[in-house]
This record gives sequence, C-alpha cells and structure tokens, in this order.
Amino acid sequence: MATTESRPIDGHGTSTSIVGVFAHVDTTVRALEDLRAKGYHDLTVYTPVPVHEIEDVLERDRPVSPVRLFTLLGGLTGTVSGFLLTIWSSLQWSLVVGGKPVASIPPYVVIAFELTILFGGVATLIGMVTLGRLPRFRHTAAYDPRFSNDRFGVAVHCAPDRSASVRQILQTAGADEIKAAS
Amino acid sequence: MAVTEQPASPPTFSDVNRVVLASLRTPGTLYSAWMCVIGLLLAAFLTAWTYQIYIGMGAAGKRAPQMWAMYITTFVFWIGIGHAGTLISAILYLFRARWRTSIYRAAEAMTIFAVLTAGLFPLIHAGRMWFAYFLLPYPNQRYLWPNFRSPLVWDVFAISTYLSISTIFFIVGLVPDIAALRDASTGWRRRIYGMLSLGWEGSDDQWRPYRRAYGLFAALATPLVLSVHSVVSWDFAMALVPGWHSTLFAPFFVDGAIFSGFAMVLVLIIPMRHFFGLHAYLTERHLDAMAKLILTTGLVLTYFYVCEIFTAWYSGDVFEKASLFWKVTRSYAWALWTMYFCNCIAPLILFWKPARTSVPILYAVSILVLIGMWFERFNIIVPGLAHDFYPYTWGIYVPTPTDSMIVIGSFSFFFLLFLGFIRVMPSLSIVEVKETLPPPMKERHGHH
Repeated sequence: MATTESRPIDGHGTSTSIVGVFAHVDTTVRALEDLRAKGYHDLTVYTPVPVHEIEDVLERDRPVSPVRLFTLLGGLTGTVSGFLLTIWSSLQWSLVVGGKPVASIPPYVVIAFELTILFGGVATLIGMVTLGRLPRFRHTAAYDPRFSNDRFGVAVHCAPDRSASVRQILQTAGADEIKAAS
Repeated sequence: MAVTEQPASPPTFSDVNRVVLASLRTPGTLYSAWMCVIGLLLAAFLTAWTYQIYIGMGAAGKRAPQMWAMYITTFVFWIGIGHAGTLISAILYLFRARWRTSIYRAAEAMTIFAVLTAGLFPLIHAGRMWFAYFLLPYPNQRYLWPNFRSPLVWDVFAISTYLSISTIFFIVGLVPDIAALRDASTGWRRRIYGMLSLGWEGSDDQWRPYRRAYGLFAALATPLVLSVHSVVSWDFAMALVPGWHSTLFAPFFVDGAIFSGFAMVLVLIIPMRHFFGLHAYLTERHLDAMAKLILTTGLVLTYFYVCEIFTAWYSGDVFEKASLFWKVTRSYAWALWTMYFCNCIAPLILFWKPARTSVPILYAVSILVLIGMWFERFNIIVPGLAHDFYPYTWGIYVPTPTDSMIVIGSFSFFFLLFLGFIRVMPSLSIVEVKETLPPPMKERHGHH
C-alpha cells in the first residue's frame, strides 16, 4: 500500500496518480466519460465486481481480450498429444488382437477429448494469469481496500501539472474522496 | 426456472461482505461436536483400511465374481455427487441462471471434495495401494502393456481431467473473494489471504482477462462434465455382463449423477443457510428451483428404469431376461425396491409446491435420494455380477465390517473437507452475489 513509485509515461518524465473513490456506478461512469472526453486515457478502474456500465465505457476502443487464443492453442495441443500418446504407445507396445488395427482410433478419441479439455483449461489459466499480470506481490499505489467491498476507484495517471484539472473532473463527477497516490 | 423477482429490500454490497465474513467467525460447540464425530469415524476408517492392507482383500469380502462390490459402488456414487457442482457452476453459468450465484461456491467445493473422496476408492480397491502409480501409463520401464481401448484407462484420464479442471475453476472463482477477505482481515490471516489472492486488486486490466477466462472455463467444463460420467458408465457398458451392456448407460449415469448431486447440494446448503443466517441469499426460490431440478431428473431417471426393464424383456435375450428376473425377485430384491422407492416415488412429493419450499420435506427427500442413488450403483454392480451367463460364476456378496467401515468413513472424509472449507473460505461467492444485486446508483434510473 505504501509504495510511492512513480510511473514513467510515454517517455516524458514522471507521472502522478490521482485516485477518485466513488460510491456509485453512475458517478463512476460519468467520471470516466468526462476524463476520456478531456483526453485522459491512462486510467485504471477498480471495481469490487465487474460492472456492465463501466465495462461498456472502457471496452469501447479495446480489442477483445486474447485469452481465447490461449484456450484454442492449448486445446489443439491437447487433441494432438492425445492422439500422439495413444497411437505412438500402441505402435510401440502392440496389443495385436485378431487382425484388428493395432492403432484403433475410435477409443482414442476419448483420451484425445479429455486431453483437449485439460490442456485447454490449463492454457486458459496461464492466459488469465499472464494477461492479468498475476500474481502481484505488491499493491499498486492507487489501490484501496474499500475497492474489494463497496467502492469504485478511478485512478488517473497523468503528468503532475495536470493533477488539478483531473481533481476538478473527478470532483464534478461526484467522487466521495480524491487523493494522490504517488 | 429463472428467479427473476428481487427480494423486498435487496442487500447492499457491504452487506454481502459482512455476511460472508460473519460466516468465518470462530464456530460454536455444535460445529466442534460434529468435527469430533467426523474425527472418530475417520479414525475407524483408517483402522479398517490398515486392517485390509494387513489381511488382504479378503477382509473386504471380495471374492470372485464379486470383485467390485461396495468400493466401486461408492466410487461411482461420489463421482456422481460431484456432477451437480459443475452443472451449477458451468452449465447454469452459460445459461445465465441467476439463482445459481448463491449456491455455486458450496456446490463447487462439494464437487472437488466428492471427486477427492471418490479418488480414494481406486487406491483402496487396488489393495497394494503403493503400486497405484502403475495406473500412470508412461514411461514404460515396467513393461506394462497400456491398453487405450480399455474404459478403465479412459476413466483415469477423464477423472484426473475432471479433478484438475474443477479445481482450476474453483480456485479462479475464489481469487477475488479471497482479496475481499484479505482486505477485511489483519495479522497472519491477512498475510495468508494476501498470498492466496495473488495480489488481486479488481482493476479493469485484471477483470478483463478474468471474465473472458471464466466464460471459457465454463465452456470447457460443460462438455467435460457430460463426458466424465459417460466414461464412468462405459466401465460397465463396454463389458458384456447382462444388464450392463447397454447404450443407455451414458445418459442414464449422467442424469442420475445430477439427481444425486442436487440432493447433496441441498443436504449441505440447508444447514449452512440456517447456521450462517443466509436466508436473504438462499431464499425459498432457490430451494424451489433445486427441488424442481431434483424432480425433473428423478422423472427422467424413472423413464430410464422403465427403458432398462423394457429393453431386457424386448431383447428376447435369455440372459438379459434371467438377470432382470433375478434382480427383481431374488437375493438383492430388497435393494432394488429400496432404490425404486427412493428414486422414483419419494421425489414425486415435489410436484406439490409447499413441499418444494419446506425445509424438512426437502431434507428428507434429499437424503432418500442419496440412499436411492447409492443403491442404484449397488444394484448395477452387485446383482449384475452375481448372476451372469454361467451358474459356476454365480456368487453372492456379503458386506464385511471392514469395507462397510471404509464406505461410511468416506462420508466422514468428505464432510471433514467440506466443514473445514466453510470455516476458512467464503462459502457464498462475494463477487457473484454482488453481481446479481442492483448496482449502487446515485440517481435511480432503470438498470439492466
């Protein structure tokens, strides 16, 4: 909580974070709309739960999260390795039964299916953890314990000379509390 | 099935945090008393297992042809119990059934603990359980001949995948909730919850991949849960034993699994609701919705029983008919009729609306369903093997104190895990319950 590292932004010097604490969704959305209209795009929004109204504003100009790519690649890897494992081992250690094929594909579909799900799930987990940059051993400066309870936080990362204007926007939107995080 | 109506005055976000934190208080004497009972049963379980390892499998009443008996019965029973948890956490999530939110954490915990309990049985049943690693197919210095055509090998893959994916799903769902516990606690608890929460902050760059991943986990778990009990059913259906060799088995097992799983969910959440005061979150509508699911799956199961009998008769196969006749009238007829009563007759009371919201009736029906579903697996395994093609392979199984104690002990193992869990982790999902509440708005205007 007490870390006071400043984050360099776009190569022009240090920046500061101004955090607005909100009690309501509509005021948070208003603050986000105002900030974006004024050209502040380096925002971090803390919410106790995912909220549609807030996501609608934030996701407007963002691509879909690439987690699904991890799932796809993991799943395909699982399918391939399921068939490789079964076919390779039945060729290596053959159980020859009455002229039937040594590598019999239909029963191997079960193994391939299970490994598709397993690898797909593990890859999704890896995707989620890497893209969400977890685990984090230290809280970001803007975090407040109330954000896991019933408060919404908007952290604006800006150059120190813009902080007054940011505070003004957050205030007008209806923030309960405004503080500098760094 | 959807629960659309909101309670009269919905709880606020901070109410949810408060209620869940209250559930983690130091428990009363009743809890400790239960833990003592469980501890004693567990000690008896370990004694019985040790005795079986020392004496051999004969101590468990295993002799040809009854080599599966109660161990595989109970194994299938526990795997089945797990299925309702995944149904609630994944399938109902994809269907956006909002009533699932307040029960899904408990149900998911139940899934994992049930699968862990089930996982004990192959080890116990293997006899020399220190050779259990033989089940792992590779690398093959042991000159085993891995047979991927065998349903038992499919089972190993299906159940390990099921346990892994359910655990991932469960832990991912817990992360934001543990963050809330971390922020509300102090001292060493805060440190532990802090580590377990992975430093979760609920920022938009965390929620984005999280939400995507959660939907994908649900999408992966849905076909998985249907496949797992199908694979378990193929352990039987791929064999030629009369009464087993049927294409009916996969849907029959999946339906029965959901049926018994919902009964177990009710057995677990009704006391939780009472002791933690969760009446605002687990309302009568939740009980009603679950009762309807029990009723529906129970009726489907009755249909499957009818199909089973019809198939045996209509096949014209002398062994199928003889096996059925023997089951219905001879040594294990009492078990079969108990099963028909518990699974087909008892749930019918849920057609009556007051019964669906009455706690004592629901509890009684749930327990009957659990008994009935345990007997269903018993009736497939024991009478099926007792009376197959040739008289010289016929044989009756009689339970011994050793395997009975191990079966009873498996319940104590399950309840130990579950009761331990609800003491240290949120048994109600903080995040998902909040999501179903109306979000806090300064100016009242219509929300979605």
